[in-house]
Amino acid sequence: MIEIKNIYKSFKQKDGSDLTVLNNIDFTIKEGEFISLLGPSGCGKSTLLNIVSGLEEANSGEIIIDGSPIKGPGSDRGVVFQEAALFPWLNVLENVKFGLKNKGISESEINETALKYIKKVHLSKFKESYPHQLSGGMRQRAAIARALAMNPKILLMDEPFGALDEQTRMMLHYELQKIWLETRKTILFVTHNIREAVQLSDRIVVFGTQPGRIKEIFEVKAARPRSKNKGYLLELENRILNVLKEEIEKVMKEEMGDEYHFEEGSLPWDPDRDMGSHI
Amino acid sequence: MKRVLFLGILIAIWEVIYKLQIWPPILFPSPLQVGETLYLGIIDGSFITSLGDSFKRLLIGYGFALIIGTLLGLIIASSKLMEDTLGSLVLALQSVPSIVWLPLAILWFGMGEAAIIFVVVLGGTWNMVINASTGIKNVRPLLLKAAKTMGITEHNLFFKVTIPAAIPHLITGMRLSWAFCWRALMAGELLGSGNGLGQILMWGREMGNMSMVISIMIIIATLGSLTDGIIFKPLENKVLERWGLAKI
Ligand SMILES: Nc1ncnc2c1ncn2[C@@H]1O[C@H](COP(=O)(O)OP(=O)(O)O)[C@@H](O)[C@H]1O
Ligand SMILES: [Mg+2]
Repeated sequence: MIEIKNIYKSFKQKDGSDLTVLNNIDFTIKEGEFISLLGPSGCGKSTLLNIVSGLEEANSGEIIIDGSPIKGPGSDRGVVFQEAALFPWLNVLENVKFGLKNKGISESEINETALKYIKKVHLSKFKESYPHQLSGGMRQRAAIARALAMNPKILLMDEPFGALDEQTRMMLHYELQKIWLETRKTILFVTHNIREAVQLSDRIVVFGTQPGRIKEIFEVKAARPRSKNKGYLLELENRILNVLKEEIEKVMKEEMGDEYHFEEGSLPWDPDRDMGSHI
Repeated sequence: MKRVLFLGILIAIWEVIYKLQIWPPILFPSPLQVGETLYLGIIDGSFITSLGDSFKRLLIGYGFALIIGTLLGLIIASSKLMEDTLGSLVLALQSVPSIVWLPLAILWFGMGEAAIIFVVVLGGTWNMVINASTGIKNVRPLLLKAAKTMGITEHNLFFKVTIPAAIPHLITGMRLSWAFCWRALMAGELLGSGNGLGQILMWGREMGNMSMVISIMIIIATLGSLTDGIIFKPLENKVLERWGLAKI
């Protein structure tokens, strides 16, 4: 269980003033839950994920995992970043073995574990390949294998499929769901894509912006595989979109000034509910 | 093939100028005379011995330059304070041709081996410092973050992530430093004492043996481009490719 307790975070800006990025973030993630953070870019999703991973410190509040507050990063929380953060000088196998070497297990066990997870993400054929020889989707799969191989209780994913094309993303959605069902890890998944959140999550935490705060938490009450519940999911997407509309409008007004008018029923992102990475 | 042809043309032009008799043959020898001197010098071993002497100095100086350069680079990369102080000093020193240090070196170490090696070391060090510190400072923060989430120790973070990530810069630094050391060596040998390539070049000049001077120049040029072309350039390319930095 992850308890996110009253997180407040601000960054010093160049002009010396403080920018409040997260305000009063407070919710609990259950064991084995798949939970998404959804919100427009710049609302502080990555910052919250970094705080949970321990890479960043909150100004106040704390993260409590299974009863004890976290202190810095740890291998109980695996992280997958938007850009696969693979080490370019290591091949896929060596990348996956990288973290295992800190665990004090035998070389043969390291090898075995690494190969097992490489197989799980269907990269066995490419285990000797270097990151620059792989496609974006393959790199992301290697990064997922690397995170899974450490056998963390919690998987933190920051827009892991954001930079991929639609087909690759759909395939990885499928694979991720399979892995999640198999391993029952707790997954905290950051996205700005409504459909992605609805497809994958048990619950969706919708963020508002300026400062980042929780607007509403939605529960996705649909059995898996989700493809069978199209009507319900579409309706949920619309409900979420209504909540976000206000936030998107706020961001647009900020960027474009008074020229911007939010027109009902003419959403440019309607087809796939992607709010776009630029907003 | 293109290069061989080009070389042929150069030698032909050389021959033509020689035939025009602008300078007396003693000052402007023909390609054939130079070829003969080169051949004889190599056969009787005198050029090879000088080459050995030069290389010994070069390797010692280069080794020191790499070690000192890398260590100073690490120190500079370690803090803003070091960068602002030591870092700007190194930038200033880099703009001083290392041969300028020779008079001081001769005063400190005497007119011998040590003075020349000192100049060689200074020739290669500053560039290595700059490349090493740039490499360390430019490691992608994302890689460091990723490593930290995998329970890595500070020690391993440095040796398993920071250093490998900086290798492309380090290799470039090594390659450039080699060229700088080579130049510094020749400058040092022309002015200093001993029995290296630079010194027999000077000796050839004093003897009025232009054929020998040109032979040595050819050896210097060939060696410089061979070491770069056979060792450093391929090594650098390989590393850039592996690190995914090659522009293909
Ligand atoms: N290290 C930092 N220093 C200063 N400002 C930052 C830093 N990291 C993020 N921010 C600011 O915090 C806000 C939220 O960023 P982020 O968490 O990356 O948003 P999201 O992931 O939702 O797009 C942005 O306005 C961003 O400019
Ligand atoms: Mg983000």
